[in-house]
Amino acid sequence: MRKKCLDLSVELAGVRLKNPVVVASGTFGFGREYGQFFDLSELGGICCKGLTLHPREGNPPPRIAETPFGILNSVGLQNPGVDAFIEDELPFLRQHDVKVIANISGNTPEEYGVMCEKLSEAGVDMIEVNISCPNVKAGGLAYGTRPELAAEVTREAKQHATVPVMVKLSPNVTDITEIARAVADAGADALSLINTLRGMRIDVNTRRPILKVNTGGLSGPAVLPVAIHMVWEVASAVKLPILGMGGVSTGEDAAQLLLAGASAVAVGTALFADPCAPLKVRDGLAEIAARQGLSAVRELTGGIRPW
Amino acid sequence: MPIQQICTVVEMTQLDASTWWMVLEVGKMVEQHGLRGGQFLHIKCGDNQLLRRPISVAITGWDEPEDLATLIFEVRGEGTKWLSQRRVGDKLDVLGPLGNGFHVPEIEEDCVEIEERHYLLVGGGIGVPPLIMYGWSMPWPRTAVLGFRTKGKAFSSVVSRFQEACEKTYLCTDDGTLGRHGFVDGQVRELLEQDKSFTQILACGPKPMLKSVAKVAAEFGVPCQVSMEERMACGIGACLGCAIRMKDGSMKHVCKDGPVFNAEEVDWDA
Ligand SMILES: Cc1cc2nc3c(=O)[nH]c(=O)nc-3n(C[C@H](O)[C@H](O)[C@H](O)COP(=O)(O)OP(=O)(O)OC[C@H]3O[C@@H](n4cnc5c(N)ncnc54)[C@H](O)[C@@H]3O)c2cc1C
Ligand SMILES: Cc1cc2nc3c(=O)[nH]c(=O)nc-3n(C[C@H](O)[C@H](O)[C@H](O)COP(=O)(O)O)c2cc1C
Ligand code: FES
Repeated sequence: MRKKCLDLSVELAGVRLKNPVVVASGTFGFGREYGQFFDLSELGGICCKGLTLHPREGNPPPRIAETPFGILNSVGLQNPGVDAFIEDELPFLRQHDVKVIANISGNTPEEYGVMCEKLSEAGVDMIEVNISCPNVKAGGLAYGTRPELAAEVTREAKQHATVPVMVKLSPNVTDITEIARAVADAGADALSLINTLRGMRIDVNTRRPILKVNTGGLSGPAVLPVAIHMVWEVASAVKLPILGMGGVSTGEDAAQLLLAGASAVAVGTALFADPCAPLKVRDGLAEIAARQGLSAVRELTGGIRPW
Repeated sequence: MPIQQICTVVEMTQLDASTWWMVLEVGKMVEQHGLRGGQFLHIKCGDNQLLRRPISVAITGWDEPEDLATLIFEVRGEGTKWLSQRRVGDKLDVLGPLGNGFHVPEIEEDCVEIEERHYLLVGGGIGVPPLIMYGWSMPWPRTAVLGFRTKGKAFSSVVSRFQEACEKTYLCTDDGTLGRHGFVDGQVRELLEQDKSFTQILACGPKPMLKSVAKVAAEFGVPCQVSMEERMACGIGACLGCAIRMKDGSMKHVCKDGPVFNAEEVDWDA
């Protein structure tokens, strides 16, 4: 169906993606598992599972609860640590023609800096800075909820990274544009949003929350309208390129995020229903662009005509 | 390596008000991908359930035009209810083969030669069917201990397969309406006390049952494999959703490292 002349490629902070579909951090591991279902080179990029400076075992189970058209997760950043990623996982990813985006979380701004240095040196294409995690020094308050904390982490990351830095925003804030501006002023090269929304489910018979740590992060189709709105708000507030995500499972979902202002989109939870969802999103998007007579998918970015 | 396969329902038999026997055409998943009992399929249950549902494989067979896999499942909630409403000819979107299945060198391809073994198969409720193939495919004596809530849950189409294949099959019910009155671990203890020849226990069932069987096995020093359950999202090892804690404090994943684990590895108090 794809028209020959349609250009699918996009740019995200100077990094050229062969198509605008990326997979979302934490839903795709380091690519090995879904790589059994399709060639990873078909993707625009891969946001890897969130890394920390040291290995982490994550939260106790249950970690997954289904919700209407969504899921709650409380995986809790289980990962092998940044060094093991560089040693064991990056070489595998590098065998594919796909942009590798490392996702990092730190307990302190200094940890972000150290990870950025190691990952830049190891040769990832971009670093996605997850600021939805608690700041140990600031009494466990999430970096992503305070402009000054978010800015501090961004500065630290930028100082130590030699590849573009994309800051991932949390939707669990009163005004996301305030954080976006702070991060932009601190030198971020791109923004990604949205991370998961805090949520909870309770088993009425046992009166226990389904998740062992009581609360979790909501993702999946249920959050798409929130994502579209926040991308639109942020795109209106700052000039940075945006990787939009949250509930994308079709080409039309992706097109909405692009129109709202995103330059590329990430697909996460939709993978669990269909391992090939990212490719279907890509093809659906191409079809929409072709149908509208565009010569490049990137022409959709920011094309919303608000009332 | 798992694949995504559109499977046709070729048989659908209701065993009781809430339990179904379903046979699927699974392409060449048995012949080419090695699907076997104790592994599971991750099944899309309609458009209203975002997540797939994991169901164990009870019986597999090479066949023409397509290989066959039998699933036996209980209706628990919306997903399994949707599954129970499928009819012969309906299509299902399936991922598989997933998980490891029990480790039994005798029925794995590259096995050369091993000394005689005596297997004890221990199943509880809906955990009984995934053991069926292990009753059939081994050259050594097998003994089965099968536990059910009540007589009506001990379906003859399932139980008879053990009775035909195993040296001995012991039945237990929680309410005493069939066989021994009580849980399977009491029967297992009695057998291990009487007979020192058991070399391996394979167990599948609810977690409390697995825990008590694991305890008895440890007491008698008999190696024991258990098939565990956890809530799943991806089913293939990517999302880290289905973690269970091991004794050494590490996390393993039911969908990829399991569902079968060595009982002594598992942290039963987690
Ligand atoms: C490896 C494995 C093999 C299984 N094999 C079988 C089988 O052969 N026969 C059978 O009847 N059942 C089996 N189950 C349990 C079966 O997957 C659940 O009963 C089913 O997912 C319930 O879905 P539902 O929509 O009907 O219920 P709901 O309660 O509405 O499910 C809601 C959510 O909880 C999850 N969930 C609920 N109960 C369980 C459970 N016990 N284990 C894991 N997740 C659960 C569901 O997957 C879903 O995400 C197996 C589970 C696992 C993990
Ligand atoms: C199981 C799971 C694990 C996740 N882990 C991470 C993570 O490690 N780091 C991160 O920045 N975001 C993580 N996320 C958030 C996703 O990257 C994404 O922002 C969110 O799920 C919204 O997109 P979706 O609805 O397409 O899944 C995770 C999401 C899920 C469902
Ligand atoms: S369900 Fe995703 S890792 Fe097991």
